[in-house]
Amino acid sequence: MSVITSFTLEDSAGIERNFPGTRPALVCFIKEDCPTCRLVLPVLAAIHDSLATELDFFIIGQTSSGNSQLMSEFNPPFNLLDDSALKVAFTNDIEIVPQVFLTDSSGHVLVERSGFVREEWQEMVAELLEPHPSATCTVEWDSLPSWRPGCGSLSVDPLHAERLKAEAENSPIRARRIEMGSQDDEFEFMFDQGFTDGLPVIPPTPQRVLRMLQGTSLDPQKVIATMPPNMAKVTVEKVAINAVMAGCRPEYLPVVMAAVDAVCTDEFNIHGVMATTMGASPVMIVNGPIRHLLKMNMGLGALGQGNRANATIGRALRLVIRNVGGAKPGGTERSTFSNPMKFTMCFAEWEERSSWDPFHVDRGFDANDSVVTTLAMSAGPTLILDETTTEAPVVAAASGEATKGMFNANWYASSNCLMVVSPEHNDVFKRGKVSKSALRRDIQKASEKSVQELIQGPSASPEQLASLAQLPTDRRIGKFGSEDHIEIVVAGSEAGKCTAFFHGWIPRSMGSIPVSRKIDDYM
Amino acid sequence: MSVTLLDPTNEEVPVARQITPRPEAIVGKVALVDIAKRRSDEFLDRLQEAMERRLPQVEINRYHKPTFSKPAPTDLRKEIKKINDFVVIGLAD
Repeated sequence: MSVITSFTLEDSAGIERNFPGTRPALVCFIKEDCPTCRLVLPVLAAIHDSLATELDFFIIGQTSSGNSQLMSEFNPPFNLLDDSALKVAFTNDIEIVPQVFLTDSSGHVLVERSGFVREEWQEMVAELLEPHPSATCTVEWDSLPSWRPGCGSLSVDPLHAERLKAEAENSPIRARRIEMGSQDDEFEFMFDQGFTDGLPVIPPTPQRVLRMLQGTSLDPQKVIATMPPNMAKVTVEKVAINAVMAGCRPEYLPVVMAAVDAVCTDEFNIHGVMATTMGASPVMIVNGPIRHLLKMNMGLGALGQGNRANATIGRALRLVIRNVGGAKPGGTERSTFSNPMKFTMCFAEWEERSSWDPFHVDRGFDANDSVVTTLAMSAGPTLILDETTTEAPVVAAASGEATKGMFNANWYASSNCLMVVSPEHNDVFKRGKVSKSALRRDIQKASEKSVQELIQGPSASPEQLASLAQLPTDRRIGKFGSEDHIEIVVAGSEAGKCTAFFHGWIPRSMGSIPVSRKIDDYM
Repeated sequence: MSVTLLDPTNEEVPVARQITPRPEAIVGKVALVDIAKRRSDEFLDRLQEAMERRLPQVEINRYHKPTFSKPAPTDLRKEIKKINDFVVIGLAD
């Protein structure tokens, strides 16, 4: 036997009514703009006239203004209860109005009817009257239609349902709720609380967060990472809140979570990346089928503004780092200049336009896997331009030459970089039959300086001079500690013979190592 | 009608730590921790020389972080705390 959950509602006279009372009850959910509810209201009034001394009546409307309208129009012998918060309707799974219940004095449901079926209502009234032979009910049943469907309850209207679900006791949301003052502007409030990166954020209401959580099947309370400097447990829910703020769609959420997991590894070392004066930040590269599902930009303007997925996925990761991890400029984030990548930097590789294996395949994944890779980069993208040559070795040499001054013309053998090769430059390499590994080798080769050049360099430090003094002066040293520290992907528009060059940070376990995660694991 | 928002932070207020009371005199063991920045060792060498001259009663222990870019490993932190009465963490460049 089902039970109507106990409730307290105020009636149209301002009096609080508690359900269940001490007697059996008739409970009916109605709303003002439902023709069938208007049809049954006089019937309910007639039942009340006959049985008010035997039964408690709880006639529940769904808007305050609708209740006032019905009271003045019908002048029923009972006051309507105000469930404009819709919580009683939601808790009792009311989908259709009118929905009438007869209950015993404990709230157990004896009879339940939806909409209006004349025979059913007639039968229900007859049963109600049976124990009370002296009572009569003056309903003119013949004047009523034999059947009328009900209307949808406001509690299942999409306008309200998400809010009600979010506010329900069994809501998956556990985050602290912050009640704003009615005079507060929510956007200004988010700035005042220090929750933003300096740009406005979408206010993370429970409804929006619940909608965001639809983007994953993971438990909202699952901890996906521990993030410094707060050493905070990052739950799916907390990522979802920040993803809402960043402007993500629910389907982006798994990418953000995968990236959060990636940066919170000892290999990636997000603490060091955020703390360095060099201004490093995670650059996210997305590979695999998800690029198309999310309509990510991998072509014209891929590294800049204009695409929602690119912009908001990168921003969501940064907001998690700021709000959950606690890395804020002036706190543990100590970048001298910082850079715009600290707002967002996320793009997809144009795998289909590349002559090489996709980046994630190089890193050991299947081509059909959707993967996000995070790389710590301190500057970029800067342009390496070569519009005139069609010779692959020349373009490769131009790329290597361009790296020589990165950080400092004497900073050698200890950094990494990311080269985003445009389709046109990739065409040159394709025609020249230059593989990705050959290009790495050529870049490293073209970046080389002799020990003699480094000794005579403008800013050779005493300790570097001491170290170089141990080597033959004609020994040639590459810019990067290893060719493997030159990462290469393809993106950008069809037009433009150029390569985008990101300056890295400190490679290997001393600093940060790129980390990839399969996005499917977070769906 | 007021708006409800969800807290985007980790909801933990960090513990406010007081600076340990300073003793009248430096006695016992002092840890000098090289954070692995360039010339951190050089800086600590000079400091050690000065301390040995001015505080002959203290014993100095030297430690080395694997890399300046990451927090010191937990075991290293525990060892420093267990053995020493004072810590100087050296920065350089």
